[in-house]
Amino acid sequence: MTYRIGNGSGFSGDRVDAALPVVRQIHAHGRGGALIFETIGERTLALGHLARRSDPALGYDPLLADLVRPVLADCVRSGIVIVGNFGVANPRAAAALIADIARDQGLHDLRVAVVEGDDIRDGLDLSLLDRWEGDSNALDCASDIISANVYIGARQIAEAIRHGAQVVVTGRVADPSLALGPLVAHFDWSWDDWDLIAAGTLAGHLLECGSQVTGGYFADPGFKDVPDLANVGFPIAEVEADGSFVITKPEGTGGVVDLRTVKEQLLYEIHDPSDYLTPDVVLDITGVSLTQSGQDRVSVRGARGRPAPELLKATVGVSGDWLGEAEISYAGPNALARAQLAAAIVEERVAAKFPSLRRRFDFIGALSVFGGDNRAPDGFAWPAPADVRMRMAVSAREKAQAEYALREVAALYCTGPAGGGGIRSHLQARINTASFLAPRSMVKPRYQMTGGAT
Amino acid sequence: MTATVNIPLHRIAHGRAGDKGNRLNVSVIAYTPEAWPILLREVTQERVLAMFEHRGASQVRRYVVDNLQALNFVIDDALEGGVNSALNLDTHGKTSSFHLLSMEVSMPAELATALGCTGDTS
Repeated sequence: MTYRIGNGSGFSGDRVDAALPVVRQIHAHGRGGALIFETIGERTLALGHLARRSDPALGYDPLLADLVRPVLADCVRSGIVIVGNFGVANPRAAAALIADIARDQGLHDLRVAVVEGDDIRDGLDLSLLDRWEGDSNALDCASDIISANVYIGARQIAEAIRHGAQVVVTGRVADPSLALGPLVAHFDWSWDDWDLIAAGTLAGHLLECGSQVTGGYFADPGFKDVPDLANVGFPIAEVEADGSFVITKPEGTGGVVDLRTVKEQLLYEIHDPSDYLTPDVVLDITGVSLTQSGQDRVSVRGARGRPAPELLKATVGVSGDWLGEAEISYAGPNALARAQLAAAIVEERVAAKFPSLRRRFDFIGALSVFGGDNRAPDGFAWPAPADVRMRMAVSAREKAQAEYALREVAALYCTGPAGGGGIRSHLQARINTASFLAPRSMVKPRYQMTGGAT
Repeated sequence: MTATVNIPLHRIAHGRAGDKGNRLNVSVIAYTPEAWPILLREVTQERVLAMFEHRGASQVRRYVVDNLQALNFVIDDALEGGVNSALNLDTHGKTSSFHLLSMEVSMPAELATALGCTGDTS
């Protein structure tokens, strides 16, 4: 029998009202199903750890209550299990908050499971781990380690659901595992039936970013038009016991599900398409076939799997640099030349004082995000914008150096080229991150049930 | 000789960028079956590396995903350190898909017309 999994959030900061139509649609087909929330990024995880340091009751997703409160009662009544990594750095505190929300709503004895074991910071010796090949940038390992979390898999989620969990709260798990867990619990798939584990992982991969598979992050007016993005529907996977599934979205919502939206999300953050590593399986999508099987319905089949990798990816966050950014606008005749002169003046002043300070200048409206650090693409033809914003960004180990550079942009008001205005500046302490590979023996994933009738 | 035209890749393909660490991936997906051979021939590893060299790209691998009529490019060291280190406003490199889609590709004029594209005759 078809099992429905919906997504209610694709990143930390996603729309908090997205889950309601998803829950309604799953409920309309009868009891059961799952709703997943994905809210962790490399940066938000480290921020969670910082929040927990300042207050042991914090460290979960700041929007947790806003995400869960509107759908909790409906999910419990419909037998829809909620699985979210919104525990971030403190899944126990998140579970306690969810239990409080449940009591407020008259839902007693809610069974909330907490999945732990991803946090390996205590006593961690980074020198014992290999660097993950995809980031070669140096991490200042002498810095204070703020967070170290392994991407764990779906097994504990599945176990918790089998033992009656109505809500499963995790920290860092591989995003597709949020969906694979409930699928394995429901269909009783074997963990070494690699093609089925791969199929569930693929469903999770397509769901994990929320509306990115239903028309969000897709529109390109005149080329890829998407109706009613203001009310874009979040995705639902209708999964069969053989691992085939349909991606769709709730009736009456905006957005679109077609071959184009599914292909874009299928390849999103994939490297070798025959070798996508998760803690649960190595997924091969090169045999996947997609069919438009109805309006806003795409059928997906053909995922292949191989045994899961021995090493697990871990992301480490350390106290990082000071990021300073300042901008000033120039507009009208000769705007770009005046903006470029402003950058040259600041460059000369900053270079004289702190020659090794890492810095970058952009000309927003002419060339910014496509540029390298102070390098235009080869053969770049500078446009003549009517309105351009010079931006300086610096990275400093010492806060005072970044502050000095920001003051040099502020000084352009009177000392810079003619007609500069609208200066804004911003200084923030960053958390720098890098990824490593950890042997499974270092990681002890587990779950604990809280609440329920005792 | 058949007349050919140069058109932006954006007219015949769409795509999305993703990041992991300092590694960027950009998919390039054919809008139509007719566009697929053009992608295979024109959008090469070498040309993509050249487009991202100013960002510091050190290596590009092209994966041909026949079942999706799509190419997937994995571009190393193109994100100035990645999401938590870069000075680029777009620390994730999310806008990079449209940089790749601005590549000019050459195709038979007849096919361009059939696909509703206009371009510079060469």
